[in-house]
Amino acid sequence: MKKTVLTVDDSRTIREMVGFTLKSAGYDVIEAHDGQHALTVISGTKVDLVIADVNMPNMDGLTLIRRLRANPSYRTLPILMLTTEADEKKKAEGRSAGATGWIVKPFNPQKLISVVQKVCG
Amino acid sequence: MNSLVSSTPMAPVQTGVQAGVQAGGARGDAARGEPAVPGGPATEEQYVTFTVGDEEYGIKILSVREIRGWTPESRLPNLPDFVRGVVNLRGVIIPIFDLRARFGGGATEVTKRHVVVVIQIGERTRGILVDAISDIVTVSRDQIQPPPDVETGMINAQYLSGLYTGADRMVTILNVERLFAAVTGDVETEEATIGV
Amino acid sequence: MTNLDQFKQTYFDESAELLGVAEAGLLRLAPGQVDDDEVNAVFRAVHSIKGGAGAFGFTELVAFAHEFEAVMELVRSVRIPITTDLVDTLIRANDVLAQLVAYARDDGKPPDEFSAPVVEALRRFNVEDDDEADSAAERAPADPTPSNDTEGPETGLVDGTAGTSAQAAGRGAGGLVPVVTTPDQQTYTIVFIPKPDLLLSGNDPVFLMRALSRLGTIAVTCETGLVPPFAHLEPEHLFLSWRVRLTTDAAVAEIEDVFEFVSDESSLEITTEVASGDTDSSIDMVSDADASLKADSVEAAAASATVSATGTVATADRRRASGGDGGLAVHTIRVDLDKIDRLVNMVGEMVITQAMVAEHVRDLPPGSFQDLQEGLEQLAQHTRELRESVMSIRAQPVGSVFARMPRLVRELAGDTHKEVDLEMSGEATEVDKTVIENLVDPLTHMIRNSIDHGIESPEDRRRVGKSTRGTVHLSAQHRSGRIVIEVADDGRGIDRERVLAKAVQRGLIPSGSGLSDEEIDNLIFQPGFSTADKVTNISGRGVGMDVVRRNITNLGGRISVFSAPGKGSRFVLSLPLTLAVLDGMVISVGAERFVLPLTNIVESLRPRHNDLHSLVNRCDVMMARGRYVRLVYLHQLFGIPGAVLDPTEALVVLVEAENGERTGLVVDEVLGQQQVVIKSLEANFRRLDGVAAATILGDGRVALILDVAGVQDMNRRSSSGRARLLAAPPVSPIQTVEV
Repeated sequence: MKKTVLTVDDSRTIREMVGFTLKSAGYDVIEAHDGQHALTVISGTKVDLVIADVNMPNMDGLTLIRRLRANPSYRTLPILMLTTEADEKKKAEGRSAGATGWIVKPFNPQKLISVVQKVCG
Repeated sequence: MNSLVSSTPMAPVQTGVQAGVQAGGARGDAARGEPAVPGGPATEEQYVTFTVGDEEYGIKILSVREIRGWTPESRLPNLPDFVRGVVNLRGVIIPIFDLRARFGGGATEVTKRHVVVVIQIGERTRGILVDAISDIVTVSRDQIQPPPDVETGMINAQYLSGLYTGADRMVTILNVERLFAAVTGDVETEEATIGV
Repeated sequence: MTNLDQFKQTYFDESAELLGVAEAGLLRLAPGQVDDDEVNAVFRAVHSIKGGAGAFGFTELVAFAHEFEAVMELVRSVRIPITTDLVDTLIRANDVLAQLVAYARDDGKPPDEFSAPVVEALRRFNVEDDDEADSAAERAPADPTPSNDTEGPETGLVDGTAGTSAQAAGRGAGGLVPVVTTPDQQTYTIVFIPKPDLLLSGNDPVFLMRALSRLGTIAVTCETGLVPPFAHLEPEHLFLSWRVRLTTDAAVAEIEDVFEFVSDESSLEITTEVASGDTDSSIDMVSDADASLKADSVEAAAASATVSATGTVATADRRRASGGDGGLAVHTIRVDLDKIDRLVNMVGEMVITQAMVAEHVRDLPPGSFQDLQEGLEQLAQHTRELRESVMSIRAQPVGSVFARMPRLVRELAGDTHKEVDLEMSGEATEVDKTVIENLVDPLTHMIRNSIDHGIESPEDRRRVGKSTRGTVHLSAQHRSGRIVIEVADDGRGIDRERVLAKAVQRGLIPSGSGLSDEEIDNLIFQPGFSTADKVTNISGRGVGMDVVRRNITNLGGRISVFSAPGKGSRFVLSLPLTLAVLDGMVISVGAERFVLPLTNIVESLRPRHNDLHSLVNRCDVMMARGRYVRLVYLHQLFGIPGAVLDPTEALVVLVEAENGERTGLVVDEVLGQQQVVIKSLEANFRRLDGVAAATILGDGRVALILDVAGVQDMNRRSSSGRARLLAAPPVSPIQTVEV
């Protein structure tokens, strides 16, 4: 069965690129444009992985991760942070919020796929 | 022009055409036998003529798009009686004006013989309900006299473009733009309000 | 492989929006006025433009955006004060950013030193110490030619892998067994002891093992020695550890990369052993493991089972294969608007045809042709959905129009020496493209009008005890199937005395007309009316509110003004969401048929005698749902002969205008619900009071679509006897009629 990835980013370009890359690699991809929207979208769907941007309006990526982790259903759901900021401080923040890992922008398609495979097969 | 001829419930084009052309004198020779080309010599123009009651009126053929039989109209509220209503012309909605009513002769009692002259004024398409089509005439400009200052029959002079007098007939050339401007708002006139 | 070019259009479209957002936010930025949301929005916009630019390798754009972003970051974290100078610089930066985006779009190269002056200016604000600047530069290289760029894949991307691997390699050098990378096969022993709460971060060792298997051939042993007795077992905790033998030509950094997300929480040891001949023995295990792990990919399993194929090659093959067949998925396409319009027209004609067929079928004896009837039902349903889908293609958020307004406000405020804030809400409200295009001019006019005539000078405002800064609020929302746009200001309101005097002077109304306040306010929509005593270069351009009104009514819309002296004015603009199709109810009066927009209909009922009451001025009212509503006899209003005169034998359709005003329309019959294509009456004729547009019914005849608010206006005028006073209809007050 295809795995479903929820990509959360306020940038349409990034959403499309992530979506395209992952679909080409055989994933189903659904999209949300911010954290708030992601919570709505995920509530009706079975999702195997969330890829969330950090900087987003309404609800940022870190808050989204915390909110998801607070819900027992998503305690072990893989969540990747999409960030341009590759410094350790950001990663630590992400990790303490409950992120599974991170993807540094700009990413190339292979890297994205290999990271995704690393956390959800 | 094909549509003009082929979509007819129009009265047959009669010898009047010949008469009209011959009345044009020397120029008539060139035009005889084959219809004059629209937009030909600048001094010659073709008019579609039609009747309302005993009067004969003409409209420049270039502004006539087609002639159709009568189809029932849908009334428009609160307009003078010469605004007959609107009909569906192949998906486009056009208003129909009753020429008889416009000239104060009361609303036309429509029969199957009545026709609508569909005219194009600028971007706008409109229909004029008349009794019957009578002719297509080719006349030179100098055969058209300017409209008289006084009222001619039922019509106020400002609605006329001129008069054409041929052999045993007089055709009143209409200024259709002005004729219905009172309700269409196309031209600002002194009667720009409804209810002329 | 993935062709990035297909996303460029999206990127440029989005960048255009983001630049607009950034500009709007910056224009609202002023000393002492820091709205976190605004600042964040600007930051995010610049950030997103940079992010996308990185993906496409627009290095100059990335470099500049980075400088811009760095200053925005300082603004965002309140580390530098907002000054006019700063705001101006940021606005200039946004302009430069826009130009760089344009250069990137047109495949052009900006002139040398194009952005240098603004970068210079930006850096003046970037006062943080060098360490900070360095770390910022590290976060996203400002250097337009990052060294790892050349190592990237054929797309010329900035390669994320290289950077991350390098970091991982650095880490490896510090803490773990250093391994010299060789291109030859190596066998590693990897001991991975995760922390117990590894699962709670969403990581899963299974996937890590699978990732390792992609690097080469692996043999995995799971060690269970740490698993506590069952009574103490925490199901969410992980007590297993793994020992992996991996034979690969991958660098050790790549192996570490697999554990990138878990290395902090776990113990990881990677050691090399001399490559020996025992790889064969592990291959069987691997192919088994791999097959079970990747049951969905027979091809990959087969590839890794081949002795000669290394794991890396197999992975690459698989990726190429999946890229090949799945790579055709395209998520957005650009379509010529003409094509969409043709589609819309076609759907329109289809709707008419469908209605026509339905009408013929209605004439069939009931109960016969059951299948046909059902098929038609479905067709009707599909037609409706088709129409909605087509219309949604053309829908756009009004934000694209709103985005032009902040600059206008800033300029006007400067020209008039007034202090004006623009607030906007409802930018995401969607409306048909045709409507959007027609909104720009009216909105521009209304805002000009508000700033020029509404908002007072700072001195005047202080004198009357208002804050010196005036506010113009622009909002959009959906209401009753229409879009309602409001432009509200907190200025002086309409000067009714002056308006009245002017109207009398211009001969628009006779003196002593005794108009109501609303009627006076609405005089400003009269042709040739201008209240400005002196013609300013802002409002006095020969185009007045009458033109605004005419444009709006041509679109089937309405505009009205509400004013409170000293407090401000509010222009309310309501427009249909689309200019193409609507759901309507066909009614008949005499021999005529009309269409009522379904959105206006509350219910239809046949009144009883004791529901009806007659008021003195011959206005009939009816009790409906606990309140009185005015009855409007359509036959009377429209002069239609042969209608049913007695309401108790006719039907009353209770309708509600967008403003909430309810009226009972007295009609002969309700013929049924139907989707109709909106046809213009104006195209060949003109607008008529009480009529929104026309349509063609199934029998080919024309029916007028009623404009409920317009009908209410007509009725009010005819009953108040002031019908002739105002050539154009006055606007209904927003209040429920309580008779």
